This record gives sequence, C-alpha cells and structure tokens, in this order.
Amino acid sequence: MKIRYLVLILITFSFASVFIGVSNVSPLDLFHLTEDQAQILLVSRLPRLVSILIAGMSMSICGLIMQQLSRNKFVSPTTAGTLDSARLGILVSMMMFTAASPFQKMLVSFAFALIGTFIFMKILDKIKFKDAIFIPLVGLMFGNIISSISTFFAYRNDLIQNMSSWMQGDFSMIMSGNYELLYVSIPILALAFFYANKFTIAGMGEDFSKNLGLNYRQVVNLGLIIVALVTASVVLTVGVIPFLGLIIPNIVTIYRGDHLKKSIIHTALLGAVFVLFCDIIGRLIIYPYEVPISLTVGVIGSGIFIYLLLRRKKYGL
Amino acid sequence: MVDIKNVFKMYNQKKVVDDVSISIEKGTITSFIGPNGAGKSTLISMISRLIAKDDGEITIDGQDIMKTKNNELAKKISILKQSNSINLKLTIRELVAFGRFPYSQGKLRNEDWVKVDEAIRYMELGEIQDKYLDELSGGQRQRAHIAMVLAQDTEYILLDEPLNNLDMRHSVQIMKTLRKLVDELGKTILLVIHDINFASCYSDHIVALKDGKIIKQGRTCDVIDQCVLKDIYDMDIEIQNIDDRKICVYF
Repeated sequence: MKIRYLVLILITFSFASVFIGVSNVSPLDLFHLTEDQAQILLVSRLPRLVSILIAGMSMSICGLIMQQLSRNKFVSPTTAGTLDSARLGILVSMMMFTAASPFQKMLVSFAFALIGTFIFMKILDKIKFKDAIFIPLVGLMFGNIISSISTFFAYRNDLIQNMSSWMQGDFSMIMSGNYELLYVSIPILALAFFYANKFTIAGMGEDFSKNLGLNYRQVVNLGLIIVALVTASVVLTVGVIPFLGLIIPNIVTIYRGDHLKKSIIHTALLGAVFVLFCDIIGRLIIYPYEVPISLTVGVIGSGIFIYLLLRRKKYGL
Repeated sequence: MVDIKNVFKMYNQKKVVDDVSISIEKGTITSFIGPNGAGKSTLISMISRLIAKDDGEITIDGQDIMKTKNNELAKKISILKQSNSINLKLTIRELVAFGRFPYSQGKLRNEDWVKVDEAIRYMELGEIQDKYLDELSGGQRQRAHIAMVLAQDTEYILLDEPLNNLDMRHSVQIMKTLRKLVDELGKTILLVIHDINFASCYSDHIVALKDGKIIKQGRTCDVIDQCVLKDIYDMDIEIQNIDDRKICVYF
C-alpha cells in the first residue's frame, strides 16, 4: 500500500467524520455556518477528530515499539499490563490526590504504567519458554492481576462506575477543554520517530546492539517511557482502545517489514485510519445513538487478530 | 594486537574462564577449539565486551576495552554470535546497512552506502539483496550477517561458531571468505569452531581450551598433534597428512 493512498483515505475519512452526527452540519454549510454549527464544529466535532487521530496513531506506535523491544509480535500495551497499570494509576490518583489536575493524574498514571511495563519486561527476561503465544498470555494474566487490584480498591471506595469509564474507550464525551492532554503524545511520538533506527537495532537483541555500540538498556528504557507516557495520556482522555497496538503494527509488518524507519509512518497512518473507520461505523450503526469505540474496535480488531494468528500458522512464522 | 592478561570469569562459583592469557597478532586467523563448556564462547564474548570479565585485563591495540567508548570500540571490533536469533523481517540490504551504525548513527552518507555495496558484493549477495532474511537459506543468512560485519569495517572480527547449521559447501565457502578477508584486506579474525579439521585447514593459530584453562596455544601445526588433542578431547585422534594439510581422523 502506497503512503499517498493512506493519506488520501485518512483525509476522506476525516472529512466524513466531521460531518457525521446528530446535529446537522453539511459540507455545503461550511462557508456560511450558523453560530450553532460553528460551535458544534469547534467544541465537539473537531476535537473528536483530533483525538481520534492522535489516539489511533499513538497507540499503534506504542504497540510497534513494544513488539520491537520485547521481540515478540503479540506484545502490546493490551497484552503487557501497560493499560491495566495505567488505569490503576488513575484510580490511585483519584483516591489519594482528589484535587489533582488532569496533568497530575496523568503523571501518576504514567508512573504506574511504566512500573507495570518494567515488571512485565523483567518477567519476560525470566521466562525460558519463549513461545510467541505464551508470552502475551503471561502478559494478559499479569494485566488481569493488576486489574483485579484496581477493582478491589475501586469497589471499597465506591469508584467502580468511575473506573468503568476508563475501561471502555469512548470518543463521544470528547469536547474542547477535556481532551487537550492528548497533545502530550505528539512530541513524544516525534521522539519515537527520531529513535526508529535505534529501536530496530534493539529489536535484534542485546548482543547485537552492543556489537554496534548502541547503549541497549538506555534505548529500551526510553522506549518503555514513551509507551507508558503515551498510554497514560490516551487512557485518561479516551479510555482503553483494545487490540489497536496489536493488529496495526502486525498488518504493516506484512507489507513493510520490521525496519521501523520504513514502517513507523505507515503504522501511524493506518492506526488513525482504522480508528476513524471504527468510530464512523460506531456512530452510524444505531444512528442517532452511538456505540463506544472500544466495542467496534474490539469486534473488528479481534476478527483481524484471529486472521493474523491463522496466517502466522500458515506461514510458520 | 589483542592482549588478554590473566582473565577470569566465574558463573555460580564455577570458574568458566580460569587465568587465561593470550596475545593475538594482527592479520591472522585464530581458532578457539575445545570441548563443550571449555569457556571458548565466554572468552570471545569477554573480548568483545558482551559480558564483563571478573578479573584481568583485555586490551586492543593498547587500549583497555572497558575504558573505551562503546561507539569507538564498535568501529574497532565486531562480533557475530549465532545468527539465527534475529527474527525481524529485514532485507539483506537493510541488515548490512546497520553495520554502518557506529559511523553514521543511522543517517547513512554516501561513503557509508559505498561500504554497504562493497560488503554485499564481497559476500556475493547482490542478486538477493532485497530479499527478506526469513526467505533465505541458512547459508545465505550467515553470509548476510558476515556482510553486515564487513560493512562495520572493523579491524578485528570475532565469530562464534560461524559454521553452525551449515552444510559442507557453505562451511567451506564461509571459511574461504574469511581467509580472503585476512589475506586481502588484512583483517584479524578470531573464531570459535567445533570442527577441528576446519580449524586445522584455515587458521594460522589455534588456542585450545578445556575447563576454562588454556591447554595449548600456538601455530596450527603445533597444536594439531596427537598428544595435544588427546589432552583436549580425551580421545585418540589420528592425524594424517593429506596435501600438506593435517587432517584429524576421529571417527
């Protein structure tokens, strides 16, 4: 797939996304908007579009980095306890620092996500049985343990309902004023792009990196920090979007290979296109109501995931 | 010159490398032989600072490897361990280009690409350079890795069992290339090898290790000797001279 097709699809979907909704704003109105319509565009539709794009891109790139660093195609924020740890962090910040600003909450959540991911990587080091499927299963178990800790404390503090809003990714609540935290991801993603070569080398293993004079530990740690920070900001604003970090990088690998320099832009674009597509479907399927993004992504994503698994078996990779 | 002085390494109270001192001349092939668990791979990994030594000193051209910057050392010495471990989907050309990382940090300039092209040509990979590693045979993959090391353009090249999993034709091909690298380009090669006949036919010096200690080191013709081999492998190995080559018969 050529990059310009991806860009073209992205622009088309973005355009569609802005003009789909209960209040009627059509492209024809663009040059003589009523005050209401302008409000809707600026307060709801555009922020929604921007947050979809950023979330889609950043979660896909997080998956790509994690797969590279863990050297396993099925590791992603969903399957390494990163998302669950980030949620536990948000809960802790809600319990301990009730007056915390969203940014402070994000920092706490980031710290938890980072520690959680580090623990997972440590477990990974200890596992002798490096089966491609076994490792993400361990990650899922680890994530569920953390998740059950969160549920326990949420239950005792009557925060279950609050918690579940981070359980399910949902773009319908995005409005200007409550999504800007996502912008944190942009400079961090730029950093990821800058480090693409180093992540690729780190993906070839510690010995290989040392041979080329690369500080392996430093690169891995930076990668995990990027993943944790981005995940925390997305979970806090949008919620959990499952499968994204898992399937998008895997699809891109099939046609672009594993050289991050070659695949990172494709991964970002395809991630954004995929989330946009799922969001548009979610908004149309029971119009004028809508289905949360985690549901549409979950259904379509799990289908693709099963396809990838079967394909992998066929090619014996 | 690689100078190794009184080097030790312990794993769980067991001495894996025990007071080893060797000095390796420039422009030679030195083979490290010995039974399993003799400490060959550990030693070669220590020379390339993949693992830290417990005691002793290793210098390359007079520079202590522990005091040299990673990036500087990567321009001087390269190591290739068993290559099957890389499961990334990269093309040969991409892999070889990574050999230029110590010089370019990923932003390859024209002279870097010249080196990449040279390395690919030298290993005769030109026709398949855009193929992905997972589409290659074991021999092609091994050649691709050696090409990467060539692009890294280091004076010293360390190889840990480069013939592992290769058939005879490819083994001979690799060893001939290594010989050419030393004779034509003046490289210094250190390799761990199990097949003593390959060691005998292609190396200038042999270092024989057992239980972490050096049993014998010296010119190939001195080490390939019935008594010495008996000491190393605990078995009677007959040596035949065929076309001025010492061939060990141990079957």
